Amino acid sequence: MIAALRRLDWLLLAAVLALSGMGALLVWSATHARQLSAGGDPNAYLYRHLASLAIGLALAGIVTRFDYRQLRIHGPVVYLAAVVGLLLVLSPLGRTVNGSHSWIDLGGGFSLQPSEPAKVALCVSLALLLTERRASGDGFRSGDVPHTLGLAAVPIGLVMLQPDLGSAMVLTVIVAGILVIAAVPVRWLTGLALTAAAGAVAVVRLGLLDQYQIDRFAAFANPDLDPLGAGYTTEQARIAIGSGGLTGQGLFHGTQTSGQFVPEQHTDFIFTVAGEELGFAGAAVLLLLFTTLIYRTCVIAARADDLFGALMAGGIGCWFAFQTFVNIGMTLGIMPVTGIPLPFVSYGGSAMLANLTAVGLLQSVRLHQRVATPQSGELLTADAVTALPRRHRAG
Amino acid sequence: MKRTRHRLLGVRVLILSLFAALGVQLAFLQVVAGDRYREDAQDNRIREVVTPAARGLILDDLGRPLAQNRSRFVISVNRTDLERQPDRGEAVLERLGRLLGLPATELRQQISPCGPGVTEPCWNGSPYQPVPVAEGVDAQTALQIMERREDYPAVTAELVAARDYPAPEGARAVHLLGYLQPADEEEMAAQEARGLRDPGLQRADLVGRAGLEKQYDDLLRGTPGVTRLAVDHAGRVTGTVEQVAPVPGNHLVTSIDAKVQAVAEQELHAAIERARGQIDDNTGRRYEADAGAVVVMDVRTGRIVAMASYPSYDPQVWVDGITPTEYQRLVDEESGGPLLSRAFQGGGAPPGSTFKPISAAAAAAAGFSLTSTYPCPGSLTIGGRRFRNFESQDYGDITMARALEVSCDTVFYDIAQRMWLRDGGNQPVERPSDPMQRMARSFGLGQPTGVDLPGESPGRIADRDYKRRHWERTKDETCRRADSGYPELAPSEPARARFLEQLAKENCADGFRWRVGDAVNFSIGQGDTLVTPLQLARAYAAIANGGTLWRPQVAKAVLGPDGHPVKTFEPEATGQLPVSRSTLDYLRDALVGVTTHGSAARAFAGWPHDEYPVASKTGTAEVYGNQTTSWFATFAPADQPQYAVVMMVSQGGTGSGTAAPSVRKIYEALFGIGREPVLPGGELPTGLPQIRPDSTVGQP
Repeated sequence: MIAALRRLDWLLLAAVLALSGMGALLVWSATHARQLSAGGDPNAYLYRHLASLAIGLALAGIVTRFDYRQLRIHGPVVYLAAVVGLLLVLSPLGRTVNGSHSWIDLGGGFSLQPSEPAKVALCVSLALLLTERRASGDGFRSGDVPHTLGLAAVPIGLVMLQPDLGSAMVLTVIVAGILVIAAVPVRWLTGLALTAAAGAVAVVRLGLLDQYQIDRFAAFANPDLDPLGAGYTTEQARIAIGSGGLTGQGLFHGTQTSGQFVPEQHTDFIFTVAGEELGFAGAAVLLLLFTTLIYRTCVIAARADDLFGALMAGGIGCWFAFQTFVNIGMTLGIMPVTGIPLPFVSYGGSAMLANLTAVGLLQSVRLHQRVATPQSGELLTADAVTALPRRHRAG
Repeated sequence: MKRTRHRLLGVRVLILSLFAALGVQLAFLQVVAGDRYREDAQDNRIREVVTPAARGLILDDLGRPLAQNRSRFVISVNRTDLERQPDRGEAVLERLGRLLGLPATELRQQISPCGPGVTEPCWNGSPYQPVPVAEGVDAQTALQIMERREDYPAVTAELVAARDYPAPEGARAVHLLGYLQPADEEEMAAQEARGLRDPGLQRADLVGRAGLEKQYDDLLRGTPGVTRLAVDHAGRVTGTVEQVAPVPGNHLVTSIDAKVQAVAEQELHAAIERARGQIDDNTGRRYEADAGAVVVMDVRTGRIVAMASYPSYDPQVWVDGITPTEYQRLVDEESGGPLLSRAFQGGGAPPGSTFKPISAAAAAAAGFSLTSTYPCPGSLTIGGRRFRNFESQDYGDITMARALEVSCDTVFYDIAQRMWLRDGGNQPVERPSDPMQRMARSFGLGQPTGVDLPGESPGRIADRDYKRRHWERTKDETCRRADSGYPELAPSEPARARFLEQLAKENCADGFRWRVGDAVNFSIGQGDTLVTPLQLARAYAAIANGGTLWRPQVAKAVLGPDGHPVKTFEPEATGQLPVSRSTLDYLRDALVGVTTHGSAARAFAGWPHDEYPVASKTGTAEVYGNQTTSWFATFAPADQPQYAVVMMVSQGGTGSGTAAPSVRKIYEALFGIGREPVLPGGELPTGLPQIRPDSTVGQP
């Protein structure tokens, strides 16, 4: 047990804990003024955030202990559960928040956003599919891509129906990332990219996007276009971050934040709180923590001793990286505004649970590696060896 | 697995470079462009509420306030506080409505910010500014609101300054002082264009629109105080960031003397009444006396001691808010345009014989002897036309001085004709010398005097250039008439139609030509030449003071809110008459003769001529289609001149009959003849009034 703890990726864990801790503070700062002016408990959001953080960490602990390879048996269940969850959203149990019909009401003031666990499920099930298809030989087979796309199409389609463009994009990136990491030949990838581009053009041309989505892209291109309309959020976000300067205005002292000039600040625009109140120093620390998180995820993927672990960890890495880049990018005005939260930092229980579950999976892959990493020269401990399934023990 | 690791390495490189891009953009926004965004953030969250500054006083030479501020109670509603009430202030408005006798719905309407879909009355000021809902309420109502704070949250009763024109000694000085009106869109835009906004002019601010209030608006207005409030995204006030107290405006000390001003106003009115009591021999009707003006100037400095105009109006209409119909009446031609001061605005009038001293000066400068005599027949035929001697009869051969005394026209006709011939007559030389027109310009006619009052009329000198320009402007119509004649007049007035057609034919052919008739008319101030009473006062002051043309000034000094002098306005000479000392002396003596035994002798019967010799000239100017304009231009004491007084009454009859008796009364007041002098010691004060720290004013 102690040895297992020592084999955990502590750098990854430290980054996650630091991000979550900063996230809690930023959510608190982003919400306390609004709560006060609305006559509510200024700490309400903080408490709820800490509660989901605690549950998520417990969940991550359990998942860490669990041998990820067991998922090769339970994989289909995970996938089906995710699809059922997404179907429930479209049933009468579903709830609409901010124009997105993305929630299931759990009663008692709790609700779940099934598109978040669907991200984990997709990482697991796609990794499983590709691993199984290659179990016989170790090479690429031409059916890999259609099968993968077919499996992914169901959850992505359901998310699009909500409609939740942001989550659909994350799921798509997970698919793409896993295909890339699964060493799908470049000609396939090129073909897919061209098809996707053509599809995007068609979607815009055929008017399949809502006007607000087109407006957001237009506003992204030119935020001064309509500062009180679609460009308002982008402009206010940039003002908040820009006015933070080098050292920031201090936690709870940001004027843009306490004045609630940035909409959705505790969720999608949480990075603006860091920018304004903690300044470049704090925001850069946040960015470094994310870099560490993703770097370690990639290391875990690269050192996984089976394809399943590598693909799953790689998929999770692409997921985190994409969400982080798009979220921070949109607050900085270099990406269009899409409803994508910042992992571990934004307020939101479902995302927190999904993210921490993914971290548990990463730790599990790391913990259940067969041999010591060549760099450290560390030997496999007895405890770890006994935990390995028999057929891999030899080698 | 090997290829997977390769791909993973590629993915890692891609992700790290994307994150590096985030870092670069972050550094740019926060470190490089941080200052700009900090400003934007300030604009975002700061709203300004303006406390108006008390406007400065306008004082007369002894410190009597001509314009001051009067306190009155104003009830205002603070919208921010009202919205915080549990029922959004419904109960408060209900209660306030009962107290003020207004329906609560009307109060609600008044405080709603103007915008699309909001009907008047609405509030077009800043939404953070308390909205005044009742002005000038009685003290008892105001006290109820002040003492029962708990019943009237979000409602304030304050003493607010309103402009007041108290007319000390009866001096209303309406046209001198001007009036205030709220800043309009144009002024706001102009201010924005100049880049001024902090704190600058606010939408509800009063701005001087005429007279001294306009001329010295910047000095009088002061700087409004600003309270900077922090607000959130919905505009709710979250705190006070900064508070800057208003700086009261400066006080303006003028050279106007309230007592002299009052006398001038009364005497102008008396002259108009006098004219209206007389029958015009030409028309058989009473004189209309539709307008008039009087100027009293200190000849040693050009400062205005008094200046009045008729018709006038009640300045209170501006203070209480003017309705469009009232405003129409004020600017309406029918009512005589009471907003215009006839002393320096409204175009001016032909000066008539008051112009003759200028003609005489021109004659002297052109070599006509002042010691020889000139024939003064009853009429003179010049260029085939008979020119009558309007105001006098045949005096035989007389001196130039006598010609001025009795206002003999024919003497000046003859001189003007000879000057015209010298310039080549109908075939003018290359550069005509035009001595009289040139002299008129040297006396400051045909150009603004530069008085420190806005909207001054420049007047007009009807010379060769003017005639050519006028012909070019009108020749199309003239030539059309030359062809078609006047068929509409022919049946009823065949003689007049024939005359007008003939005139049109001549004018069409060579109406641009400077004819002898033009030169002759010009010499006695008739025709198209226009002069304002202020211009004439300055010209006579120059004869009096030895030839200096002063820039007329009303402002004497600016005092800070605490009374310390900020600025003094020194007399400013703008020119010197090209007239010799001896000619000026000659003119002065001749003009004294007008008063003692000339055209003004009757009006000055019994006057102590030895003690206070008055130099004067009467004028009775013809205006086509109207009754004659009465002029009287003077200065006194002639041996040691102090004042120039000029009065003009439009359609008012003769100079000697209408204006002269009133000007005499003004001199009586100034010198204390048969009464107490209105000035302390009979002299204009030289020092400035004192403003004490408690804002009371002391005499100099």
